[in-house]
Amino acid sequence: MNKHLRIITTAAAFSLTAAAIPAFADTTLLNASYDPTRELYKQVNAAFAKDWKEKTGETVTIEQSHGGSGKQARAVIDGLKADVVTLALEGDIDNIAKSGLIAENWRSRLPDASSPYASTIVFLVRKGNPKAIKDWDDLAKDGVEVITPNPKTSGGARWNYLAAWAYADQKYGHDEEKNKEFVKKLYKNVPVLDTGARGSTTTFVQRGIGDVLLAWENEAFLALNELGEDQFEIVVPSLSIKAEPPVAVVDKNVDAKGTRKVAEAYLKFLYQPEIQKAIAKNYYRPAEPDYADAKDLARFPDVQLVTVDDPLFGGWKQAQPKHFADGAIFDQIYQPASTN
Amino acid sequence: MASISGLALKRPSVIPGFGLALGFALTYLGLIVLIPLGAMVVKAASLGLPGFWDIVSSPRTLAALRLSFLTALFAASINAVFGVVIAWVLVRYRFPGKRLLDAFVDLPFALPTAVAGIALTAIYAPNGWIGGWLAPLGIKVAYTPLGILIALIFIGLPFVVRTVQPVLEEFDREIEEAAATLGARRAQTISRVILPALMPAILTGFALALARAVGEYGSVIFIAGNIPYVSEIAPLLIVIRLEEFGYAEATAIGTAMLLISFGMLLLVHLVQAWRRRRFGND
Repeated sequence: MNKHLRIITTAAAFSLTAAAIPAFADTTLLNASYDPTRELYKQVNAAFAKDWKEKTGETVTIEQSHGGSGKQARAVIDGLKADVVTLALEGDIDNIAKSGLIAENWRSRLPDASSPYASTIVFLVRKGNPKAIKDWDDLAKDGVEVITPNPKTSGGARWNYLAAWAYADQKYGHDEEKNKEFVKKLYKNVPVLDTGARGSTTTFVQRGIGDVLLAWENEAFLALNELGEDQFEIVVPSLSIKAEPPVAVVDKNVDAKGTRKVAEAYLKFLYQPEIQKAIAKNYYRPAEPDYADAKDLARFPDVQLVTVDDPLFGGWKQAQPKHFADGAIFDQIYQPASTN
Repeated sequence: MASISGLALKRPSVIPGFGLALGFALTYLGLIVLIPLGAMVVKAASLGLPGFWDIVSSPRTLAALRLSFLTALFAASINAVFGVVIAWVLVRYRFPGKRLLDAFVDLPFALPTAVAGIALTAIYAPNGWIGGWLAPLGIKVAYTPLGILIALIFIGLPFVVRTVQPVLEEFDREIEEAAATLGARRAQTISRVILPALMPAILTGFALALARAVGEYGSVIFIAGNIPYVSEIAPLLIVIRLEEFGYAEATAIGTAMLLISFGMLLLVHLVQAWRRRRFGND
């Protein structure tokens, strides 16, 4: 055999094994998340990879997948090999749990009911607030156009709806019929039901439709940042809902891939001071505000926040079927008999 | 004997092996078309007939189906008329930029439908280029059924143009001249000579445009407004059912659409067959 060739093959074989050894220690995690968390998790992932390398010497790469929360849940149920899910709604993770991929007790496995950050729903109005919108009342008035996505296809839209419901409940003294009437009037003012939150933002901002956009607080801040404060302003209603997007390890997937240790560390990492600080910087309300910068926290307006676990809603397990299931209250709003 | 030889399975052919070719065709169609559709029907069947009927006959589903099929029919009809005009211009006249115009026709094929939807919405929204002109006249296009119609016309246009064009190219101009020398007026030449010859191609293009429009999702969803009972298309209703994890319900609506589409396509084929018997082969 040609001597040169032998050297080359040996060298090639050697470099292959050399490349294979660190590759063996490489881990890739897939985080299936919802739309508005894109920017936040970019920072989290970089910080976690660095931290993990320092602690264990292993290189970990985290891939992000974003989309509507419900769509992501369905993708995981249908076989997307996500190691962790960080979704907009408890119900979406519950649905994954129902298919057996996640343990039923997932909510209790991490602090703060597995929600490392929270947000709320605020109004984005056009500069100068020409329709003088101050509170939920104003959204149900004639001649006001409200932009919000379809609660059937968008997780964020369900928070919008529940916030309006909670306001009505307080105003009308827990009269469910009046709540229904109020929410119905509000949705009569919705000229476009986009399928997702980003779509609604586009409709309001780019197409110039509507007087007010119901938006995640973090999305509203982002919109102000991106588009300039000379065009829009944020109006904070007297009452809103505390939206707590939960996170969970997908047990079946991490066990199959052997990534449980990293995946669990990744989610725990979200509660670290460094990340809690980044969460506040990205306009999410951190679960552990003590770790965040005071000036970041100061941006969050003081507003009375109800949660979906309040007796009014009784948690997602009750709120979901009562309001959003097929034929439930949201569907009743659009029944033809009620169109006039 | 002619009809028998037409049915004979073994005819000499340049492609070897009828058995092989047929086997391939059946397997391929089975894997790509029939098995997925079959799976959908089986899933829908898990509801049982009463359950299936409940979903399909609910007012919301009926409204969505009506909207989807009516706008698709309208759009395909409009395309059938103006597609022929465009094909005519492309075949019969020579003018600068003709090649470019010819290429434009295929754009709706090439463009991702979501991009088309966003572009159309941007243009027809009340603050868009065209919508801005229509808004003062009180005409709302984006976020109404009219917007859906425009999106469906857009995505269906190439079908009619591209099926009619080759037939027109083959069509002998001398036949028109002969009609003229025999004293036919222009309208008569069109209705008695040209249109009958083009009819099979127009019907095929119409059927293709219709089929495409009925199932269209991406381009419609941005411009529709998606208000239940007003501008909610059937494919969106399917997506909504999926978001509710109602797989069986979603497939039920899908199966209903499949049946209606199949019925309409069958009708188009029957019209074609009737025409052939009536007017002979063309």
